[in-house]
Amino acid sequence: MFTMREAEAMTLLDVERVGKRFGGLAALDDVSLSVRPGEIYGLIGPNGAGKTTLFNCMTGLYRVSEGTVRLDGRVVHNRPPHEVVRQGFARTFQNIRLFPNMTALENVMVGRHVRTRAGVLGAVLRGARTRDEEAAIRARAHELLQFVGLERKARVLAGHLAYGEQRRLEIARALATEPKLLALDEPVAGMNPSERRQMAEFFLKLRDSGVTLLLIEHDVKLVMGVCDRVAVLDYGKKIAEGAPDAVQRDPAVIAAYLGVGAA
Amino acid sequence: MDIFVQQLINGLVLGSIYALVALGYTMVYGILELINFAHGEVTMIGAMVALAVIGALMGVAPDLPGIVIVLGGVLVAVPVCMLLGFGIERLAYRPLRNAPRLAPLITAIGLSIVLQNVAMLIWGRQYIAFPPLLPQGSHEVLGAHISTLQLFIVALSVLVMLGLWFVVQKTRLGRAMRATAQSREVAALMGVNVNSVIATTFVIGSALAALAGVMVSAYYGLAHYYMGFLLGLKAFSAAVLGGIGNIAGAMLGGLLLGVIEALGAGYIGDLTGGFLGSNYQDVFAFFILILVLVFRPSGLLGERVASRA
Amino acid sequence: MRIVDFLRARPRLALLLLAILLAVLPFLVGAGLGKSWVRVLDFALLYVMLALGLNIVVGYAGLLDLGYVAFYALGAYLYAWLASPHFGLHLPFWAVLPLGALLAGVFGVLLGAPTLRLRGDYLAIVTLGFGEIIRIFMNNLDAPINITNGPQGMNLIDPIAFGGFALSKTHKFFGIGVSNAHLYYYLFLAFVLALIFVAMRLQDSRIGRAWAAIREDEVAASAMGIDTRNVKLLAFAMGATFGGLAGGLFSAFQGFISPESFGLMESIMILCMIVLGGMGHIPGVILGAVLLTVLPEALRYVGDWQRALIGRVAVDPADLRMLLFGCALILMMLFRPEGLWPSRQRKRELHAADEVAEQESASVYDARG
Ligand SMILES: Nc1ncnc2c1ncn2[C@@H]1O[C@H](COP(=O)(O)OP(=O)(O)OP(=O)(O)O)[C@@H](O)[C@H]1O
Ligand SMILES: [Mg+2]
Repeated sequence: MFTMREAEAMTLLDVERVGKRFGGLAALDDVSLSVRPGEIYGLIGPNGAGKTTLFNCMTGLYRVSEGTVRLDGRVVHNRPPHEVVRQGFARTFQNIRLFPNMTALENVMVGRHVRTRAGVLGAVLRGARTRDEEAAIRARAHELLQFVGLERKARVLAGHLAYGEQRRLEIARALATEPKLLALDEPVAGMNPSERRQMAEFFLKLRDSGVTLLLIEHDVKLVMGVCDRVAVLDYGKKIAEGAPDAVQRDPAVIAAYLGVGAA
Repeated sequence: MDIFVQQLINGLVLGSIYALVALGYTMVYGILELINFAHGEVTMIGAMVALAVIGALMGVAPDLPGIVIVLGGVLVAVPVCMLLGFGIERLAYRPLRNAPRLAPLITAIGLSIVLQNVAMLIWGRQYIAFPPLLPQGSHEVLGAHISTLQLFIVALSVLVMLGLWFVVQKTRLGRAMRATAQSREVAALMGVNVNSVIATTFVIGSALAALAGVMVSAYYGLAHYYMGFLLGLKAFSAAVLGGIGNIAGAMLGGLLLGVIEALGAGYIGDLTGGFLGSNYQDVFAFFILILVLVFRPSGLLGERVASRA
Repeated sequence: MRIVDFLRARPRLALLLLAILLAVLPFLVGAGLGKSWVRVLDFALLYVMLALGLNIVVGYAGLLDLGYVAFYALGAYLYAWLASPHFGLHLPFWAVLPLGALLAGVFGVLLGAPTLRLRGDYLAIVTLGFGEIIRIFMNNLDAPINITNGPQGMNLIDPIAFGGFALSKTHKFFGIGVSNAHLYYYLFLAFVLALIFVAMRLQDSRIGRAWAAIREDEVAASAMGIDTRNVKLLAFAMGATFGGLAGGLFSAFQGFISPESFGLMESIMILCMIVLGGMGHIPGVILGAVLLTVLPEALRYVGDWQRALIGRVAVDPADLRMLLFGCALILMMLFRPEGLWPSRQRKRELHAADEVAEQESASVYDARG
């Protein structure tokens, strides 16, 4: 048994009884989950289950109707998105939201914004500090592009990259904010099987580099392959949580995926 | 006391005109999320065309009763403005429906400049007087005066607004409009011809604007190529006050703004110890606009305005 | 074209030639077109400053500001208050100009703080309203205390003077008479160069990238840790500062200001300059500003043509000006939204086909590598 303090130390993200309503629709209802540092946590569920809504609630894009979200013990729900990022929580979007008319490199450089300081005066005077910072931003952005395998595309406009490349670029941009927790919304959607295998390996590599991952994914095989734990959402409710193989056998989960409706 | 009532009456009259113009902004915004900057200018064109026709009729048939002459002006101005609204949507907004947000805003501004200047070239820079054709009588209410013209303006506005309400709530067209406002994609899937709904919205809004233009020029006895700018800005403020995109809100906002302006102009001297006078009447609309946007951007009756994540 | 290529390959030479051209330009123009055209040049430079400022707001950050001229007015009036007989104050320009820029910047923040969290088109309306409010106050604040002197405006504003060397007079250098219009030309040119420098540095910086990100996708920008409201506020304040500075210079140059110079149409004209030239691209913006200052002057000849052709002036050329601006705004948005002289990046967007080819060759490298 852990003491309270130790249990807290064991959770990086703590979602407690979060609810979100859109008019009459309860997109999230009493959802609780906790993600431990260093794990890959999967979030699955049928279309419209509320997965993306949960992401939006956690990262400040939506206000939660009730409940709390904590990162490292600090409240992040209903805070402006940039503060959530500053706390160390970065994300990607299901429908890819890059800055299409900026180059891949610039996209990643934007991700460094939150960890850098230069203001108007620095920009205009461009003293040694600013120059060093700018060089560091650039260097780090190149590193990250290399990390996701896009170094050769550094000067290509993001909007002109292939689909899979855009997904990877979005991850690189998120990583540039130095997150403790990286939330990926369907990162392999639209990829072919071999690309998916590569991405699965990439996720493991990411985790080993010290980033905790929260993964929304429809590809059950991939989820089962890489995730340490999985939660299942259906109609805004969490219907199961646990080790991947246990969740896979859960009758409620099977029912939900077969369309019988939540048990 | 009677100053208060008098200003209240004046405010309601002006407010019902604002409401008519505000409806045009709100309907277009509800459907396209676009501020149709040129809408104020449509109002101006309505007034100008009506006055031109009225002038011509008075020359040709001076014996007609005044009200018939004015009606003739309205009957020409309304279709002209409807056509104008249709053309504006078609030429300036539709091609840019998928462009960055800045683009249609800029064309809208361009359009309103063009309309203003075309009007100036046609009708000149001077004020045009509205001939005294309408009944001049005046009635006493609670120690204040209300003229027949004022009564007439309020009555007609209420009638028109009721008509619009009926169209939006009870007819097929209204349902299509509401569906399109909810989601263009879904409406299209349900078999709504989105393009024609949008065009119709512009046409209806422009018809209301034409009416409002005639009313405003009859009320003040003047028309001017620049009159649409301030009127449009105020009507837009009214639409925001009521909750942009919300039809009832536009009506409420219009009336409220009219009243606030009238009372404000009546009392600003006392409020500021004589420092500011009634020549500041025009700033009220802007202050209200800014206050609403700061404290309740959704307006009085509107739903939450938020950028979509 | 061959000359352009030649110069492009030799940037230093090109720069040198440009510098020489700019230095002798007022003399060429004065000799070729007449004295009044040197003043047109001065105004062109003022408008370049304004356009550079508005470009930060509209072109970099993607915020539509329709009341920009209000900041110009603030700078101009502050200069007039602090350096004219109106209040009997005669502070030196090097004190007043920065104050004007600061005042405008503060107003930019005051106006932007509550409104910048709203959607962009609200900002357009609010700024439009702000411009009107400022104008109404300028027109009416002559009573009970005479602050602005109302519609008559204020005059006898101090010229810019370095010690006893006033730019308002004609001075002799090596026997050549140099008029005030020439002197202001060089002063304005110096300011323009400084502002270009500032604008370029800003664009290519952490802040500039944040502006671009917000322009591209505000939600994504905030999800990447950009405090969108503050960064937008910064753009707004920077733009306002440029405007305030230009306003002070205008006041000193003209010696007289009145509310008439700060109407909505002025704001629209400045917007038109950057739209026409190419939003977000400094050379384009400069081109737009120069074109739109010079062309209306050239329109004057339209009056002469009319007189020659039909014996009278049927359409006042001044009336045509705004009409043409309006048409330009619409046509540019419909047919050439990137402007006459867009940045290479925006041009690239329009030539996606070439880009695909470039990408394909890049992926060939990938396969080999
Ligand atoms: N901004 C919004 N306004 C109204 N309803 C919304 C909004 N966002 C999401 N919803 C609704 O909430 C429910 C959950 O949607 P969500 O996008 O979170 O599902 P999801 O699990 O991510 O589905 P998918 O697998 O298709 O991405 C859906 O019914 C959706 O229509
Ligand atoms: Mg989703």
